[in-house]
Amino acid sequence: MTKYILRRILFMIPVMLGVSLIVFTLMYITPGDPAAIILDEGATPEAIEMLREEMGLNDGYFVRFGRFLLDVVVHQDLGVCYQTHQPVAERIAETFPNTMMLAGASVLVAVVIGLIMGIISAVKQYSFFDTAAMFLAMVGNAMPNFWQGLLLMLLFALHLKWLPASGFGSLKHLILPAVTIGTSSAAAIARMTRSSMLEVIRQDYIVSARAKGQSEFWITVRHALANAMIPVITTIGMQFGSLLGGAVLTESIFAVPGIGKMMVDAIKARNYPVVQGGVLIIALTFSLINLLVDILYAYIDPRIRSQYR
Amino acid sequence: MEEKKRELLEIKGLTVQYHTSDGIVHAVEELSFDVEEGKTLGLVGETGAGKTTAVKAVMRILPDPPAKILSGEIFFEGEDLLKKSEKEMRRIRGKQISMIFQDPMTSLNPVMTVSEQIAEVLRLHGKITRQQAYEKALDMLELVGIKRERGKDYPHQFSGGMKQRVVIAIALACSPKLLIADEPTTALDVTIQAQVLELMKELKAKYKTSMVMITHDLGIVAETCDSVAILYAGQVVEYGTREQIFKNYQHPYTKGLFACIPDLFSDSNELTPIRGLMPDPTRLPEGCRFHPRCPIACERCGKEKPGPVETEPGHWVRCLAAAKDWEGGNACG
Repeated sequence: MTKYILRRILFMIPVMLGVSLIVFTLMYITPGDPAAIILDEGATPEAIEMLREEMGLNDGYFVRFGRFLLDVVVHQDLGVCYQTHQPVAERIAETFPNTMMLAGASVLVAVVIGLIMGIISAVKQYSFFDTAAMFLAMVGNAMPNFWQGLLLMLLFALHLKWLPASGFGSLKHLILPAVTIGTSSAAAIARMTRSSMLEVIRQDYIVSARAKGQSEFWITVRHALANAMIPVITTIGMQFGSLLGGAVLTESIFAVPGIGKMMVDAIKARNYPVVQGGVLIIALTFSLINLLVDILYAYIDPRIRSQYR
Repeated sequence: MEEKKRELLEIKGLTVQYHTSDGIVHAVEELSFDVEEGKTLGLVGETGAGKTTAVKAVMRILPDPPAKILSGEIFFEGEDLLKKSEKEMRRIRGKQISMIFQDPMTSLNPVMTVSEQIAEVLRLHGKITRQQAYEKALDMLELVGIKRERGKDYPHQFSGGMKQRVVIAIALACSPKLLIADEPTTALDVTIQAQVLELMKELKAKYKTSMVMITHDLGIVAETCDSVAILYAGQVVEYGTREQIFKNYQHPYTKGLFACIPDLFSDSNELTPIRGLMPDPTRLPEGCRFHPRCPIACERCGKEKPGPVETEPGHWVRCLAAAKDWEGGNACG
């Protein structure tokens, strides 16, 4: 198992290199001049040219990519933010925990709602609850996050005045964005839980458990759920990943000072080091979550455990 | 009815239907049989004859929907199981009546160790600690011929025959009065079949358990059963002691079954199957259910439903030809 995990961590290196290459190239071919943006409109072409030279922007593609890689790998340096002149690592350290807190809260909402809805729907298949829950899940899946966020803001912040509409810092601030993001993920988790549970509760070992005299509650929890968890965990991991990506949008709506908002601002300003650093850290987190999901598989299913050698 | 023998299980007029989108499946109709204390009853019939449905009805583990028990009584130790609440039934399942399933590959939970699965039934029916249950579970493993150390292993680490031993250990863990074995050896290799059957016979004698053995193998019946019920399309067509069925079978279907057994000493190279197929259970034939395949059927068989006829004490045959008012013997076919 340890060997398996080490191997998986080694495999992350080419993934991160690939991500770096793609982000760097995309930023390289995007039109716009960071030097011109920094110096504002009044600057003379000579001044801009001087700054470009100073920032190394006049060098070729390979020289610049090589320099970026060298900085990251050898010096463990993600560069300096063009706007604030802070190290990028410092800016990430400021914003990333906020994003993780929001993502964590959202996933928590999603898992609690999704699992409960999915399990009850499967156990009471074709009941009113099942139909209603699956209809809701369809709506939740189809409704865009930003729109749902705006609707929730209208209701709870503007009309009822229960919760703050935007900002960050307290638990109250976390509720609206977490519910917005969480509910749509809950929809996906509920649908996966339902179909996975439906498959498992038809298995012979469920009938065996019933023949032992076990109660329906414990059959559902101990026998069925444990066996139905593998695809559900995959879905949760994927939702977590898309949540990190989706943070770019929701953080802008709810004005959460997270990594998503930081990157949107950085893209507008052609702030290359911040964009690259932000994407790298998101990619790394996503890889780690995938690894965690695979380790959880092994924890849940002994058949998978015996394959991880 | 005279009550001389001690009946552990008495099924009277059990009718079970499955209500599906394709129509009503008449799985079991007017089914009656008894199991005497300490004895083994064989339920014999083709796939789809209603054997498993009948015993699942006894355990009350039929999936509802689609299954519906329409009528009948199932007396276990004199009490009607169909009148029990779900809670009362839970105390009977696994403790008083337990079941061995057909396919050991799928009847164990893949994410629980085998000792956990044995301990589960022990803890459900006895006031014992986790540790005691675990020890007892290992004892049970030893009893069915598996080393104690293997208790921490998962089902996928065992072979089919070993898994069936684990299933037997679970079924016998609480020393049930009645053991229902649903084709316990069908999914196993022939050599393993003999071992598992031997083990079951041994343990049955040790625990003085009564048994219902579902099978389509007349060889197993001859080896293990005291009485036999032959099922066809949801009905018992012939019922009697092993000797009565093997030496004096009377129903044309039973005759067909025995004719299917290949005879090593005959010169014929061909098997003698029963012609035709089992009827579609949603569209059963009028009259006797076997008449379209019956070699001696006549016009009456297509119209009249035969009732059970006692041809000798304890030997029941559901065939018009077995009744006293039958005239013409086989001639009318």
